[in-house]
Amino acid sequence: MKLIFQKSVKSRKGVDITGALQGGTEKLPEAKYLRHSPAELPEVSELEAVRHYVGLSRQNFSVDTNFYPLGSCTMKYNPKILEKAASADAFTGLHPILGFYSCESCAGALEVLYRMQEFLSEITGMHSTSLQPMAGAHGELAGMLMVRKYHRKKRNNKKFIIVPDESHGTNPASAAMAGYGVVTIPTGPDGLLDIDILREKLSGETAAVILTCPNTVGKFDPRIKQISSLARSRDALMYYDGANMNAIMGKVRPGDLGFDIVHLNLHKTFATPHGGGGPGAGPVGVTKELSEYLPYPRVVKDEDDGFALSFDRKKSIGRIAPFYGNFSVILKAFIYIVLLGKEGLKDASEKAVLNANYIMKNLNASFNNPYPGHCMHECVFSASEPGMAMNIAKYLIDNNIHPPTVYFPLIVKEALMIEPTETESLQTLDNFIDLMRKASELMKKDPQRLQDSPVSMPVGRLDEVSAARQPDVNFTS
Amino acid sequence: MNYTPHTEEDIKKMLKSIGVSCVEELFDVIPQELRAQSFELPESMSEQGVSKEIERLLSLNGSGIRNFAGGGFYDHYIPSAVDFLSSRSEFYTPYTPYQSECSQGTLQALYEYQSAICRLTGMDVSNASVYDGGTAAAEAVLMALNITRNRRKIIIDSGVNPLYREIIHTYTENLNIEIVEVDSINYRADRKKLKGLTDKDTAAVLLQNPNFFGAVDDYTDIVAAAAENGALSILLFYPVSLGVLKTPGEMGFDIAAGEGQSLGIPLSFGGPYLGILAACKKYLRKLPGRIAGAAQDSNGRRGYVLSMQAREQHIRREKATSNICTNQNLMALRALLYMVLTGKSGFVNVSKKNLMAAAKLKETIAALKTEIEIPFYGPVYNEFVIKLPVDARAAVKKMLQQKILAGVPLGDFYPGRQNELLVCATESSSDEDFKLYTDALENLLKL
Repeated sequence: MKLIFQKSVKSRKGVDITGALQGGTEKLPEAKYLRHSPAELPEVSELEAVRHYVGLSRQNFSVDTNFYPLGSCTMKYNPKILEKAASADAFTGLHPILGFYSCESCAGALEVLYRMQEFLSEITGMHSTSLQPMAGAHGELAGMLMVRKYHRKKRNNKKFIIVPDESHGTNPASAAMAGYGVVTIPTGPDGLLDIDILREKLSGETAAVILTCPNTVGKFDPRIKQISSLARSRDALMYYDGANMNAIMGKVRPGDLGFDIVHLNLHKTFATPHGGGGPGAGPVGVTKELSEYLPYPRVVKDEDDGFALSFDRKKSIGRIAPFYGNFSVILKAFIYIVLLGKEGLKDASEKAVLNANYIMKNLNASFNNPYPGHCMHECVFSASEPGMAMNIAKYLIDNNIHPPTVYFPLIVKEALMIEPTETESLQTLDNFIDLMRKASELMKKDPQRLQDSPVSMPVGRLDEVSAARQPDVNFTS
Repeated sequence: MNYTPHTEEDIKKMLKSIGVSCVEELFDVIPQELRAQSFELPESMSEQGVSKEIERLLSLNGSGIRNFAGGGFYDHYIPSAVDFLSSRSEFYTPYTPYQSECSQGTLQALYEYQSAICRLTGMDVSNASVYDGGTAAAEAVLMALNITRNRRKIIIDSGVNPLYREIIHTYTENLNIEIVEVDSINYRADRKKLKGLTDKDTAAVLLQNPNFFGAVDDYTDIVAAAAENGALSILLFYPVSLGVLKTPGEMGFDIAAGEGQSLGIPLSFGGPYLGILAACKKYLRKLPGRIAGAAQDSNGRRGYVLSMQAREQHIRREKATSNICTNQNLMALRALLYMVLTGKSGFVNVSKKNLMAAAKLKETIAALKTEIEIPFYGPVYNEFVIKLPVDARAAVKKMLQQKILAGVPLGDFYPGRQNELLVCATESSSDEDFKLYTDALENLLKL
């Protein structure tokens, strides 16, 4: 499709916000403070803009239009009532700084934040939660900064963070941003962390161990408490990457397993729409011992049972967001928890695990399963032959299904990581299984057909290598 | 209420296929002693019940408050089509566009966003967003440290939003660098001191325009002085002001970071907002976060991909330019829609109106027969400082009783400035608002 800039016609007007302005250049500051000429933004009518962007939207797959079993991303349905709360003027029009001067004027918003802190602490089994981090990786950074504070206070000389080789890329990257080195532990043939190597690598210089549990190959590690005690024996903290929390709500709580810090991804587990890549929210929960390090301000209850903000920052890592986090995302997740309640959340995890196991069982005969046995909320297969995971992904696109995550985790060759989520029906799963079986047959009988996919999209496979070599990231003509 | 579609019959069928007798069996791998010790949450509710609960929460917020507080976050009018288009499911409910062929809508929109940001700022390249203005500033600082390698000093003008300065401190606390904050003089950057402090160990100088006090400046000379020392310069800019004000590109900045909330994003009690991050071309591969780029398919058709992913955490892990993964994609889309819908001339009009509104309110307050002082008479954008004969925080609290949020008291951020108040006006403020405001101010000072 043409770019909006290519549809621009000189002097065409868009939406009039201001009406005619009275007074001209005499009201402007002197020329040295002004831009030389107006920004070359498009000149299109509202209708042309609407057609252009409605047209573009139709070139996307989305949860509302397609099955979207993207592993590790928990692409569950986003209930529409969540939007009703988040789009109300009494929330959208609320200036965040109001909270600094009058908690009564934003009591509804503060109640949401306070109760959400409590809900998430209960769900994770942690002592306190901060809602400030604006995405999972941001929660990880907050967590790593708290790890630093903890060790500094104890005058521990810590240098490294331990992560498994199947971990999300954000884990080592967050550790590095907090100034730590990274030690990687391999995964054993059972899909679980190699505990002997962990024992060997854990040292007095280990600051923390970051784990995702269940991990990215969909396995819950029953030795998790043993791992926690090993870490504790070296005064290393345990960090829980909550990307896969959707598997275990109401079943297991990281706090009960010996974790010290937990982040959650509200845009995964708690049904807020992902927006094509954000906004998300990545609240971080901690033990009592670490609670004074949480980002400030925090929402607290005052003497009269009202809600207030605490600006106590003495021991806090500081601000990580300007105010209270991505409020409207937090609000949607709050409404989701209120809707489902404790039984609903448990049911969500159970059905997520049921759906994943149903897919796994029914594809075991068609694909190599590197880690057999029951899975949790997602399963990982290997397409074995070079390039084949990508070919299958593109074949699924031609069949109106968003592909699973491919080539991740990095430890599985030609990985296909499938996470159906609990909101998908048996019929949708059967259709997917059917297509995956066909793809597996095509791998043997007609690999070219897979290689040629997709053919039904606005573009075929794009040459990412040339695009990266000669970047065109700004339309200049 | 839950959203699982499973019937009893479905569950039976699925369990049979898997070869287990009940769902709980799938959790057998989790030993009993590891099971949740508590899970005390409310009972589930019907959709109607929740709808009523939402009404209750909404009613608890103060309504009808007239807003004269900015501090980097402003009440701006949002064209209806921004909400309408950005709410389309196809934009609203996908994930990050890793699979480009079925994500061309998002990817082309990101490419257009990056292009529009470059046109607005006069910079060469932009990423596809970070979380907000503060984290954009922090990422810009990390980027400068990465580019200049062994340099350890960051110089920051105190006219940079104090909330953002705190975020920068939080981000860099463990990186063994020195942050030097330079107090502004008469509400503007202390150019002499800033230049004097810039040396061969300086990685970057960070400024803001308009600054936290609303003062407008031209930093071309400071940028040049930084460059002479091999240091980078970073500007925190305010997007709507660039309809009229000199751009970071024109002043020669290496990196431009900004809060995009003014571009069609509601205040929403603090977020989600939009972190804008743009730079000179030579730093493209040091930019953190997603970047959309044009690509071709085997038939020569043009399309868009997430480009240069080798910089990012999912490939490079601990060696990535940043840990950022999920960003603020939908907010970038809103900003794009805002820029397109207002268009070349409409955007300039909105920008001018904001400038004029602040000037008008400033003049009106100056004309009042009160003891209020206007300490800075140079050019301002969107907001300005007034000096009250009373404590500004107390004044704000009092005026809130009349449903007026009178501004941002500076004493909270700048010790010793207890009587100073930062007052804001935008294109949304009417003459009637101004009258209410000045009446309330006069009343307050009479008492």
